Amino acid sequence: MKALTSDGVSRRDFVRICTMAAAAVGLSSSAAAQIAQAVARGLKPSVVWLHFQECTGCTETLLRTSTPGLAEIVLDLVSIDYHETLFAAAGHQVEAALQSAIKQNKGKYILVVEGAVPVKDDGIYCMIGGRTALEILNETAKDAGAIIAIGSCAAWGGVAAAEPNPTGATGIPDILKGKTVVSIPGCPPNPYNFLGVALQYATFGTLPRLDEQGRPLFAYGRTIHEHCPRRAHFDAGRFAEQFGDEGHRLGYCLYKLGCKGPATHANCSVLHYCEVVDAWPIGLGSPCFGCAERGIGFNVAQFQTIQIQRPTPPDTYPPIKSDQGAISPVATGIGGLIGGALIGAGYMASKKLGDGPAATEVEDPKE
Amino acid sequence: MSPHAHAAHPDTGPISGPLLTRETMAIGVVAAIGLLAIFYRFLFGLGAVTALNDGYPWGLWIAFDVVIGTALACGGYAMALLVYIANHGEYHPLVRPALVTSAFGYTIAGASVVLDVGRYWALWRVPLYFWHWNVNSVLLEVALCIMAYVLVAWLELSPAFLERGLTASSPRVRRFSAWAQPLLNRALLWIIALGLLLPTMHQSSLGSLMLLSGPRLHPLWNTPLLPLLFLVSCIGMGYGAVVMEGAISSLWLNREPEREMLAGIGRTVVPVLVFYVLLRVFDLVWRGQLDALFALDHYSVMALMELALFVAAPLMLLSTRQRRDMGNLFRAAMVLLLAGSLYRIDTFLVAFNPGPHWAYFPSLGEIAITSGLVAIEILGYIVMVRFFPILTAQRPPRPSLTAA
Amino acid sequence: MGISRRSALKALVTAGSASAAAALPNLTADAAVLPAPRPDAVGLLYDATLCIGCKACVVACADANNLQRDTAWSDGKWQAPLDLNANTKNIIKLYEDGSQSSFVKQQCMHCLDPACANACMLGALKKTEFGIVSYDPTYCVGCRYCEMACPFNVPKFEWTNAFTPKIVKCELCRHRLAEGKEPACTEVCPRRAVIFGKRADLLKEAHRRIDTAERGRYINHVYGETEAGGTQCLYLSHVPFDKIGLPDYGPVPIPNTQRTLQHGIYQGFVAPMVLYGALATVMIRNRKARASADSEEAA
Repeated sequence: MKALTSDGVSRRDFVRICTMAAAAVGLSSSAAAQIAQAVARGLKPSVVWLHFQECTGCTETLLRTSTPGLAEIVLDLVSIDYHETLFAAAGHQVEAALQSAIKQNKGKYILVVEGAVPVKDDGIYCMIGGRTALEILNETAKDAGAIIAIGSCAAWGGVAAAEPNPTGATGIPDILKGKTVVSIPGCPPNPYNFLGVALQYATFGTLPRLDEQGRPLFAYGRTIHEHCPRRAHFDAGRFAEQFGDEGHRLGYCLYKLGCKGPATHANCSVLHYCEVVDAWPIGLGSPCFGCAERGIGFNVAQFQTIQIQRPTPPDTYPPIKSDQGAISPVATGIGGLIGGALIGAGYMASKKLGDGPAATEVEDPKE
Repeated sequence: MSPHAHAAHPDTGPISGPLLTRETMAIGVVAAIGLLAIFYRFLFGLGAVTALNDGYPWGLWIAFDVVIGTALACGGYAMALLVYIANHGEYHPLVRPALVTSAFGYTIAGASVVLDVGRYWALWRVPLYFWHWNVNSVLLEVALCIMAYVLVAWLELSPAFLERGLTASSPRVRRFSAWAQPLLNRALLWIIALGLLLPTMHQSSLGSLMLLSGPRLHPLWNTPLLPLLFLVSCIGMGYGAVVMEGAISSLWLNREPEREMLAGIGRTVVPVLVFYVLLRVFDLVWRGQLDALFALDHYSVMALMELALFVAAPLMLLSTRQRRDMGNLFRAAMVLLLAGSLYRIDTFLVAFNPGPHWAYFPSLGEIAITSGLVAIEILGYIVMVRFFPILTAQRPPRPSLTAA
Repeated sequence: MGISRRSALKALVTAGSASAAAALPNLTADAAVLPAPRPDAVGLLYDATLCIGCKACVVACADANNLQRDTAWSDGKWQAPLDLNANTKNIIKLYEDGSQSSFVKQQCMHCLDPACANACMLGALKKTEFGIVSYDPTYCVGCRYCEMACPFNVPKFEWTNAFTPKIVKCELCRHRLAEGKEPACTEVCPRRAVIFGKRADLLKEAHRRIDTAERGRYINHVYGETEAGGTQCLYLSHVPFDKIGLPDYGPVPIPNTQRTLQHGIYQGFVAPMVLYGALATVMIRNRKARASADSEEAA
């Protein structure tokens, strides 16, 4: 606490920050108090952060906040024991730091992986300190308490794995098969998606509910389309047809410009970037690229329209008269056949009755 | 002395012949398929078996099985009018076979109702819960009348069973028949009078039923004269059914048809049909529907077809020579029955318009069940005439009349 | 010979035509008496100009009546009925025609003289308290005559229910009215586009809206005031009523023709009894005549 106050952050500010952080990731307000208490007691979980085939954008995203000092303060809630971007040290020193971090926090540290891992040719396409990324990952993952793959590259390969993928770049969950890996895809993901998972694990020792791809449901449970502010335009059939046209200026739906919102699971539409309102692609008039979704981002062309993954909930209305009742052609045919057969049989029967000499000899009883 | 004393039926007797022929077995197959379909209906419900829907809640089973079926079964009613009211005793031998068709026809119609309603297990409440009767409901009147008439028709036919019972092998049956017969003979006049009242009531009310559809019934059929039109046409159909039944049973059972009497029926029905046509045309003119009649949309075409058939039938029966020609007589009866049936199909299904977005045509299940019920009725008729004194006994037929 | 058959037939025809003649003048005359609503008659007033098509009423109705969601139109995902049916007692539909469009709420109209109640054999459908057309399955046999009768195509049948199918239709949430609440649809409507109240009050309100609104806002007519004899569910609209599924019915109640005819013929069961007596009389006379003719021949 003393360190924080010396930074110019009052206790009230600190608690407020914990509350915001907790709220942003869906933890209750009581969690905020617990976070604050844990920090005050000096209990900060260890974080080991590995970088592989990445652009460091995910690290940068954590630092890009508009509230002064937040990132540092939040990072002070955990103890970063290994981070190639943030550390000043290099070479053998920093490798030693990694080994001691692992040994001291065995079974308890949070392993964060940024970037994909190449597997082709025994993984020689990414080597650090003479060891392949594959080796480093497997060794570091062995004793980790929780594993988080941050960014699309770590989650499923991202841009590193784009066709033709000469290095065999692979996402972390596909390498650490059998282990629970929390994926936070996005290019970059919203920092609070990562922080929510990290804070929950740091405070409670638990991970949030994950989907079948290991993505936390609180952030990736719905598609952009389901929460898009421009959804009403989609439902009403109002689309921007070209960049800069009338519809584009009026903020209409960008589906026809290739927006991948309907197929992309993420929360960009509700949690914007840099803590600036509308600072996200669709908010700025650019169709969603699907950067967070395996198979969409860096795979489907930017301006290619996507098949709607789940049909639109009927914001459509039944007409005054909708066609109901079906006529079976088979039944019609058979009905006709039976009718025709009966009439035909009747006619044949009448012919049989008609011949007979007795017919002309009969006296009508009334004559 | 009752008009139905045993002496009045000296020539009737069971008709000999095998029950199982190629034809009856074929009919039996149709009946069996129908029974299977009926089983399916009870197990899986109306939605699974029928093509009925909320736009057309009444379909083949009501329009054909019940409405047309009971009209075809009006032979007993029509013959009773001729023999007991108009006092044409010479047609007496045609009464019993007509009553068989009536009894079976109405019973099958009743079975169709049980199949058609959704909550058939509650039907017993209809006749018994008189304090719940909605006297405004025409359907209630139709239902009660038909339930009563089913009983009456079998009662009217029961002398045939009792006569057979008098010569039964079991002494208990003989005793019962001997005890019951005089009682029945005394009551028979009153039962027959009931058998004349009830069809008058419900056959006309079957027409009145559709009046409640009001604006959804096409003006070509939507007339307060519906009950009268239904009544007159049903009497005509009754006579037509008698001729058909006489002719078909002669072919089937290898007998001489009752030519003189059937020709007389043909003569009797002419004024009935003429009256119907005049009434129908008068109704259309009086309500200003001539334009609609000739509009040549599908309503107009159906109505014109009806009228054409109703005009053609009497035209085929005008002269004695036409009536003496059994083949022509049979064809005229067919035309007449088609006319009446078409009128009923039109009133219940064609004229009824719930909106252009609804469609209905009977499903295979409905057709199967209807066919099965008709097959059962035919088999029942054959059993009746083979075991009970219904038809007049005859000399062996001439070779030229032998059915193939 | 006693009574000749000719005169017997004449008598029957005369009796028949007399009954018919007695009934017919009532039908041809234009004097259809409009049924009087009960003083406690309640209903709905739906203002199509206020409805936003949010369909909250559709959901609320299904909840309040414990109905299964009809999801057929959405491939099993969302409640999306196409029409009133065995799972849907209330529905919002859309009318669109070029520039004109309007939502419309459909449910039972609770007619003042309902054709369905007239049809029902044992009174399963009956006008009960507050003039609500209620349904009691105890006395229903599932004959569906009510469906044939209703001019608004309202009652629906549970076709998929094999053993205990019922008729399904709006009953103005009478179970909620009994608890002092209003119908679910009116309670939940966010724009008060459909409101609940006494029919007399709603009619007054409807006319007030027409009178005080700007020109062109409403068609100058309250649907249900006189249609089919008057209904307890009233409608205001800015598009022609027949476009939103409310046909142009006159003020004569639907059951009028049939009821007048039927009562004219069967009133007090007199005509049938007279006819029975006449039939029996003719048969007895004929029998006597035949017996005397036989004995004359024998003699």
